Amino acid sequence: MKVHEYQAKTCFAQSGISVPPGHAVFSPAEALQAAQKLGGDAWVVKAQIHAGGRGKGGGVKIARSLAEVESLASTILGMNLVTHQTGPAGQVVRRLLIEAAVPIARELYLSLLLDRGAGRILIMASTEGGMDIEEVAAHQPEKIVKVHVDPVWGLANFQVRTLAKALALSPTAAKDFSAMLHRLYTFFIANDCDLVEINPLVLTKDERIVALDAKVTFDGNALFRHPELAALRDLDEEHPAEIEASKWDLSYIALDGDIGCMVNGAGLAMATMDIIKQYGGEPANFLDVGGSATRERVAAAFKIISADPRVKGIFVNIFGGIVRCDMLAEGIIEAAKEVGLALPLVVRLEGTRAAEGRALLDHSGLKITSADTMADGACKIIAASRAAGE
Amino acid sequence: MSIWLNGATKVVIQGITGAAGRFHTEQMIAYGTHIVAGVTPGRGGDSFMDVPIFDSVAEAVAQSAATASVIYVPPPFAAEAILEAADAGITLIVAITEGIPVLDMLKVRTALEQRPWARLIGPNCPGIITPGQSKLGIMPGPIHLPGRIGVISRSGTLTYEAVEQLTRLGLGQSTCIGLGGDPIHGTTFIDCLEAFNADPDTEGVVMIGEIGGDAEERAAEYIAKHLSKPVIAFIAGRTAPPGKRMGHAGAIISGGSGRAADKIAALESAGVAVAPSPADIGVTMQRALAH
Repeated sequence: MKVHEYQAKTCFAQSGISVPPGHAVFSPAEALQAAQKLGGDAWVVKAQIHAGGRGKGGGVKIARSLAEVESLASTILGMNLVTHQTGPAGQVVRRLLIEAAVPIARELYLSLLLDRGAGRILIMASTEGGMDIEEVAAHQPEKIVKVHVDPVWGLANFQVRTLAKALALSPTAAKDFSAMLHRLYTFFIANDCDLVEINPLVLTKDERIVALDAKVTFDGNALFRHPELAALRDLDEEHPAEIEASKWDLSYIALDGDIGCMVNGAGLAMATMDIIKQYGGEPANFLDVGGSATRERVAAAFKIISADPRVKGIFVNIFGGIVRCDMLAEGIIEAAKEVGLALPLVVRLEGTRAAEGRALLDHSGLKITSADTMADGACKIIAASRAAGE
Repeated sequence: MSIWLNGATKVVIQGITGAAGRFHTEQMIAYGTHIVAGVTPGRGGDSFMDVPIFDSVAEAVAQSAATASVIYVPPPFAAEAILEAADAGITLIVAITEGIPVLDMLKVRTALEQRPWARLIGPNCPGIITPGQSKLGIMPGPIHLPGRIGVISRSGTLTYEAVEQLTRLGLGQSTCIGLGGDPIHGTTFIDCLEAFNADPDTEGVVMIGEIGGDAEERAAEYIAKHLSKPVIAFIAGRTAPPGKRMGHAGAIISGGSGRAADKIAALESAGVAVAPSPADIGVTMQRALAH
């Protein structure tokens, strides 16, 4: 689960990790008040959206006067921010973070994440802060230092010293860094983080270590033990269909195409997208109704897909293993009748009671095309969608 | 004629009294799995379908001599269930549970390094089946056919798709293993490849991967060095956008790594025939065997 920078920084501050003083605001007037409260003579106005690359996209600006804070706030609030992570559609800015500017001596990079291969938490640090870390990894890999943390031992002091040395910190700054990193690791473990990335982590002119940015994602599977974190979810940052799908425990991801897909199982759902593309179509979504789909969930999934105005045809690909195809067919028929199905619908049912399921579809009175295989289904839905689109 | 599991394997079911545990225990017994005990804390002394229930895995093992376990315990308690099985001396642990926190799995993985007798399959997986003999998990039995092809997969229903294609072509399976869709899991592609390579009754291997991580790339390296049998593969997620989790917790392209194209290239350079379409997995294996 992603959270905003200001939420992550609030968590950091509560854990004793230094962040610049700042306030989250929702209007230019609030931005002005926040700057007045912070005092000083320079402020940073930062768009709060769940995507990186905000600076390059024009969502992070420095203000040298209170009037400038207000005018920048009114420019950025409501703007559609497009970054390399939002996709071409962009994301509307609804919240800002107003921060006091920090006197920076050097910009560093620090992150904690899961190394799947090693089965360990990986800590990465670099002197090349403020840059895209993937660029650094590609062109100057020697500038990234990595340590793996033993889950039983925890973060060891020698590892912190290794990182501090690689960052070329003075003894004073290294001491501050050490305290900060221990707190950050404790925070990561205590809150079941997936990722913590601070870019830049800054060394101030008075040799303090401050998290100028904060990107934190939490493990969605662990939210049951962190109800306070679940409350940080911002539904404005999510696709409406994805929100509706999550209510039904469906896994849905909006894509750019026009063929709606409903599949049971994540691997088969990805393979279904692949085969549609292979035959020249474009999937409108990824949708996994689960290996153990029920009639109700299938009906909910069907409604989500058919509510998408871009969708010109729907392909249902079900491999009924333990799930019975006749039961799923009933869910599809029920939902299709309820939404008044007008789009071409191709259904491929395979596995347990597939013949009974197909018979139900054939006798439903609905215009449903049966497919024998995935490939057959993909070809049929692409042809039908094209015909419907003309 | 199989790896790790056969008809004689004695099995304990952890979480046997839950909805999933009950349903799949029935299915497994119908398939022929030799289930000798169930475990639900506080329900010791009861029974389900004539299977005696115990309060702990240790008691179940002491009474029944089970060597394998299947776990249907809910996510908050599943990591401990794995540890409990290992401490009771179970050598094959199959964790079906989806949604275990990843930090719990980091601890499990470290704990299992100290219990080398225990092989973990999963979590978040369909399980393992030796067709015609025994199944530990949730896969549909009837699509399988006893035979000589080993199947390894990170997926559930996509594995069934592949197995069904093989069965239709008359290519039976020695053992099929679902590794699971989570980023941290027990048994890997390489573990399975090593076992299938050593199994005299397996003559070819189907490997089904997906986006996320670098397990397929590592497997490709291993195949190039060690495999003497034909291996074919399919990688799901060629069209998946970066930065989005595609259903499985582990299926995500992040930081420019985990792309399907890189995995396919690595496998092809190791001499693995990669099926261009999920509809061609069976025929790709058939062709590889004919060569």
